[in-house]
Amino acid sequence: MNFASIEFLAFLLVLTAAYYLVPKRAQWVVLLCGSVVFYAFAGVVSCAFLLAVIVVSYVACTVIGKRQRACADWLNANKELPKEERKAYKNKNKKGNLVIVCIGVGVLALALIYAKFVSSYFGFKVGESGISFGAYALEIMGISYYTFIAIGYMLDVYREKAPVQRNFAKHALFVGFFPQLVMGPISKYSDVGEQYFVPHAFEGKNLYCGAVRVAWGFFKKLVVADAIAPAVGAIVAQQKGGVFFLLLCLFYSVRIYGDFTGGIDIVLGVAEMLGIKLPENFNRPFSSKSTAEYWRRWHMTMGAWFTNYIFYPLSVTKGMQKLSKWSRAHLGTAIGKRLPVYITTIVTWLVTGLWHGIAWNFVVWAMLNCLVLLVSQELEPLYTKFRTRFPKLHASMPYQTFMAVRTFCLMGLIRVFDCYMNVPLTFTKFFSVFTTPNWGALFNGELFSLGVSAVSFAVIGLGILIMWGVSRLGKDRPLREKLWEKPWLGNLALAALIFAIVVFGTYGLGYDASAFIYGGTFN
Amino acid sequence: MEQLIEIMQNLHPDVDFETYEGLVDDGILDSLDIVTLITDINDAFDVSIPAEEILPENFNSAAALWELIERLDTV
Repeated sequence: MNFASIEFLAFLLVLTAAYYLVPKRAQWVVLLCGSVVFYAFAGVVSCAFLLAVIVVSYVACTVIGKRQRACADWLNANKELPKEERKAYKNKNKKGNLVIVCIGVGVLALALIYAKFVSSYFGFKVGESGISFGAYALEIMGISYYTFIAIGYMLDVYREKAPVQRNFAKHALFVGFFPQLVMGPISKYSDVGEQYFVPHAFEGKNLYCGAVRVAWGFFKKLVVADAIAPAVGAIVAQQKGGVFFLLLCLFYSVRIYGDFTGGIDIVLGVAEMLGIKLPENFNRPFSSKSTAEYWRRWHMTMGAWFTNYIFYPLSVTKGMQKLSKWSRAHLGTAIGKRLPVYITTIVTWLVTGLWHGIAWNFVVWAMLNCLVLLVSQELEPLYTKFRTRFPKLHASMPYQTFMAVRTFCLMGLIRVFDCYMNVPLTFTKFFSVFTTPNWGALFNGELFSLGVSAVSFAVIGLGILIMWGVSRLGKDRPLREKLWEKPWLGNLALAALIFAIVVFGTYGLGYDASAFIYGGTFN
Repeated sequence: MEQLIEIMQNLHPDVDFETYEGLVDDGILDSLDIVTLITDINDAFDVSIPAEEILPENFNSAAALWELIERLDTV
């Protein structure tokens, strides 16, 4: 079911009403039924994949939980045994659990790789005449997100950082809670799990704040992101260079910001209406003063997932520790300290890039991010010296703004590899900025030949200003919460938002407004 | 504890690890140091610091790190 559709709004209305009308102990059942209905629209193959991920993760978690309880019981019953013997028993148990978690994670990872990448060569489709095999790429809604949630949960259970949910239906709801099936966020059981199952009394504030956030998400998506999309498409399709390359960096940044953060606003807003707080995925990313800070503020749950389940575990593997010791002994402390961490960072970024798609442009995108991060890390002592030498200058608003603009430009340049999907072409267009800039195109009307009229550009510009203002005003506390405290202003703001979406939103018959970038391309 | 302080001082001889709190929060220990520390601690104390214990609160002071080592060593 598409977010930007009348069906979804009707579904949400019915679900919310049912959720608050049924006895509180049955609220989670409403969420589960709602999730089943929501996902059923994705088709039978998608449903089969989701069900398989739920079953595999449930079995793995249940078995591990059972073994952990048995181990704890044994240790309790054998307190008098020597410490070494108890330790050996515990380690043996843990090794067994590791095998189980590896099988579970392996099966899910293979399913994800098959669905995302292999199926375009050896896929299948389900038609009226049955199943036919061939190069049918599977399009499975949200597969990365719920698979990452399930893998994270299995690992957390193995690490004893999350309790085992023994009720299969409740486990299914945790993995498949409907709003996050489109584009995340990638939630952890310790953050959200129990929220689904505890009673939620009706609160006007939740409903209002959630609805405002949903409307705000639609505003970002339909009034800004989708409105600028034709210009992005036109620059890429017409292979325009020079100043248009710079415009592409800017337009694509605006588009992906509006599209992805808007989509997440809808997801988190829907959950908020139901009294559930899903983890935030963005924290004013374009105000970041460095690349490292940007990646702590952009797609935060994915960043945390890759850090917790790939970067750290890889860093402490026996192989990496051996490498650390060997390189310190043979290459000196400076290189020896860096080598394992550099390798782990590169591998983590490579996996992140390949998750976006098996293509060179994603590899280059990942490696450029990695390079900027590692170089910044190396230059840190220099930055520290500068901060100590010129504390006033460093703290001044112009300098802070300069750092934010610099980071925005750098990230925009790296991000543009997504657009051309062609590495040499991206570099050619980048260099054309210096060889044939064609600045005149900004003033001779060529700008308006990109499928976006002057009026639309004005609306988009105004939309960007509003997004910036809302972001500033919500720095300490979300603006919607402040609006709730002033009902007349709050209602006016909501009405204005809905009015803006209806009047200026990009939609209409045959227009696929639901195609979120992170719900499709990078799913 | 003395052995731990010695390991830490190998990394940053100028820091007073016995009293310093906020090693991670203040940027004294970065990711390079933490991975190196884990390697040395695992070796010296026959423990295995798992990935999930790489948290600022476990590395902010020598005392916190010592507590982690003791916790990992108990059955």
